[in-house]
Amino acid sequence: MAQFSAACPLPTVTGETVLLAHGGGGKLTHQLIEKLFLPLFASSGLEARHDGAVIQLDAGRLAFSTDSYVVQPLFFPGGNIGDLAVNGTVNDLAMCGARPVCLSAGFILEEGLPVGQLRTVAASMRRAADRAGAALVTGDTKVVDRGKGDGIFINTAGIGLVETDLEIRPSSVASGDAVIVSGDLGAHGVAILSVREGLEFETVIQSDTAPLWESVRALLQAGIEIHCLRDLTRGGLASSLNEIAEAARVGVSIDEAVIPVTDPVRGACEILGLDPLYVANEGRFIAFVPDRDGDRTVELLRGFPVCSSATRIGRVEQAPAGLVMLRSRIGGHRVLDMLSGEQLPRIC
Amino acid sequence: MKFLDEYRNKELALLLSQSIHRRTHHPWKLMEVCGGQTHTIVKSGLEDLLPPDISLVHGPGCPVCVTPLELIDQAVAIALRPETVFCSFGDMLRVPGSSQSLFDAKARGADVRIVYSPLDALRLARLSPSRQVVFFAVGFETTAPANAMAVWQAEREGIGNFSILVAHVLVPPAMEAILSSEHCQVNAFLAAGHVCTVMGYEEYLPLSRRWHVPIVVTGFEPLDLLEGIDMAIAQLEGSRAEVENQYSRAVRREGNRPAQQRVAEVFEVAHRKWRGIGEIPSSGLRLRERYGHFDATTRFPTSATPVNEPAECISGLVLQGIRKPHECLSFGTRCTPESPLGAPMVSSEGACAAYYLYRKA
Repeated sequence: MAQFSAACPLPTVTGETVLLAHGGGGKLTHQLIEKLFLPLFASSGLEARHDGAVIQLDAGRLAFSTDSYVVQPLFFPGGNIGDLAVNGTVNDLAMCGARPVCLSAGFILEEGLPVGQLRTVAASMRRAADRAGAALVTGDTKVVDRGKGDGIFINTAGIGLVETDLEIRPSSVASGDAVIVSGDLGAHGVAILSVREGLEFETVIQSDTAPLWESVRALLQAGIEIHCLRDLTRGGLASSLNEIAEAARVGVSIDEAVIPVTDPVRGACEILGLDPLYVANEGRFIAFVPDRDGDRTVELLRGFPVCSSATRIGRVEQAPAGLVMLRSRIGGHRVLDMLSGEQLPRIC
Repeated sequence: MKFLDEYRNKELALLLSQSIHRRTHHPWKLMEVCGGQTHTIVKSGLEDLLPPDISLVHGPGCPVCVTPLELIDQAVAIALRPETVFCSFGDMLRVPGSSQSLFDAKARGADVRIVYSPLDALRLARLSPSRQVVFFAVGFETTAPANAMAVWQAEREGIGNFSILVAHVLVPPAMEAILSSEHCQVNAFLAAGHVCTVMGYEEYLPLSRRWHVPIVVTGFEPLDLLEGIDMAIAQLEGSRAEVENQYSRAVRREGNRPAQQRVAEVFEVAHRKWRGIGEIPSSGLRLRERYGHFDATTRFPTSATPVNEPAECISGLVLQGIRKPHECLSFGTRCTPESPLGAPMVSSEGACAAYYLYRKA
C-alpha cells in the first residue's frame, strides 16, 4: 500500500506564481508574509506579528490619508506600482504639512501573478518608504481568481505628524497669493501611456514618481507662510487648480507660456492629442504662498532635484470666484476647466 | 525634435492681429470648417485678437458630431455581440446613441478598445483569429486613406475576421449644403487643412466661383488661423472670391494622389445622413462592391431603426453656423458634457463642448 503524506506538496512562496491559497489564511499566506513581506518591510510594528501595529507618537496634530493604486502596466519607465503606492500616500501627507511616519499596505493579488513581480514591487515599496523616512508597519494580502484582478492592486494608508502650526488648506488661500508649480508637468501620464500604446520616442520619458516631503519641509523650515499645497495626480494641474479655486472661492489666473513642460512630453502630448495640463503627475505639486514669499519658494524648491524646474505660474485673484483663467501663448484668454470624464484622443 | 512654437508665437500673432484690424472695414462672418480649428480658436482665446466686426462661426467638420444616431446604435449592437472586438478612435466612445454609448456597452461587458489607427485594429485581427475585429471607420477625407489601406491590406492578406463600420463623410458637399441654405450667413470659409492635405483644393474652385465665396485652406495652429482669417478678410474687403492656400507647408493643389487612389479603389461616393442636418447627396463614402465583404453592417445585420434627435437640441443649426452654441436654451443647463443632448456637446471637437469647456458664453 502506498504511503500518503498528510501534507499536500505545497508550492512555496519561492514558487513561480501566486495561488489562491496565498490569500487563504493558511500555510501559504503565512509563507508569503514570513518569506516575502517581512524580510522586505521589516519594522518594529511588523516584528510584533500582531493583528495591528501599535505606534508610539509624540503628541501633536496628525495627518491621515489613504489611496488605492490600480495602474496598468505595473512596471513603467521610472518606477512601478509599488513606488506609486508609497509615494502617493507619502505625498498626500506632505501636502498637509506632515512628516510621514508609518504606512499600511493592503494587497489584492491576481491568481497567477509571478511571485518575482510581487517581490520587485514590494522591494520598491521598501525603498520608497525608506526614502520618505516612513515605516511599513501593517498590511494585508488577498488573492482573487485569475481574470478578476489586474495583477496587483495596492491600497496604502499613512499617518504623518504635522510639523507646522500653519493651516495648510484651500480656505487659507488669499487674493494676491503666488501660484507655484514644483516642476515640469505630464511625465508620469505620458510614461504610462507610451508603454500602454507601445509608442517609442527619441528619449524614453520617465515617470516623475517621487516623495515630496523633503521639499515641503524645506519651505516650512525656511518660514514660508504656506497657504495651500496640492499634489498634481489624476486630472493634472488643471483639476487641482479648479478644486482649490472652487473651495477657496477665489479666481486663479495662470500664464500658459511659463508652465514648465519638457520637450519630449510636449511632443508626445501633441502626437497623442492630450493636454499636458490635464495629464497625471506623481511627483509634482502646486504651492499657494503670499506674493512676498513667491521668489524665495521657487528658489528653495529648485534646490531639490525633484523640483529643479519649479516656476511661478500665476496668482490668485478675487474674481471670478471659482474659476481658473488661462492666458494663452498668443495672449488670448480662456477658462481652464476640469475635465468631463477621461481625456480621449481626438480623431483628426 | 521640432515643435510648433513658431506657430504659437505671441509677437507674430500680434502682427497678424494688427493686419486684420487694419483691413477690416465691414462686418464679416467666417466659418472655420473643421472642429480641430474650432478647438484651437477657443483654446487659444484667439477671438480676443480679432476686431469686433469679425465673427467666427463653427462648421460641421467634427466627424463625431455628424455621425448619425442610428449608426452609433448599430455600433453598440455590434460591440455587444460576444464574438466581436470593437475598435474605435477614443472620441467616439462617449457619444450617446439613442439609449447608450460605446462606453456604456463596455461597462456591460462589450470588448471595446481605443486604437490610434485602423492598422492597429487590423493587427489585432491578425493576432486574434478566433475573434471578429470591427473598426468604426469615422471621419472626413483625412482618415479615409488609412481606413482604405486597412481594408486593402486585409483583402491582400485574406484576413477574414476584420471588418469596418463605415461612417465616412466628405467636406465639399457639406459646404455646398450650407451655402445653398436660405439661412446661410457665411461670407467666407477657412477650409480644413488636413482634409486638403489628402484631397488638395481643386474641388473647391467651382464652389468658390459658383457662390462667389472666398475659401482659404487653413492650418490648425493659432498663427495659421490668424493668417487664414487675414487672407479671407483681404479677399472680402477687396471683393475677391478665390481659393487660396494658407497651409502651404502641408497642402499641395493636387493633394496626395496615392492616398486618393487608395481611397477611390476601396470606397465609392454615396448619399449620407448627417446628424442634426439630414441627408446630403453624395456626401459620404461606402465600400465598393469588391470590398463589400468587409462591411460590418452586412456581416452583423442589426435592425437599425431611425431615431429622432431630442427636439430641444439645435445642433443642426450650430453645425451649419446659423446659431452659436450658447444661443441654445439648453446650453449649460439641460445639456452639458456630462449629460449631453447632442453630439457637439460630447466631442472635444464639437463647438458646444468647446464653448462649454472654455466658457465662451
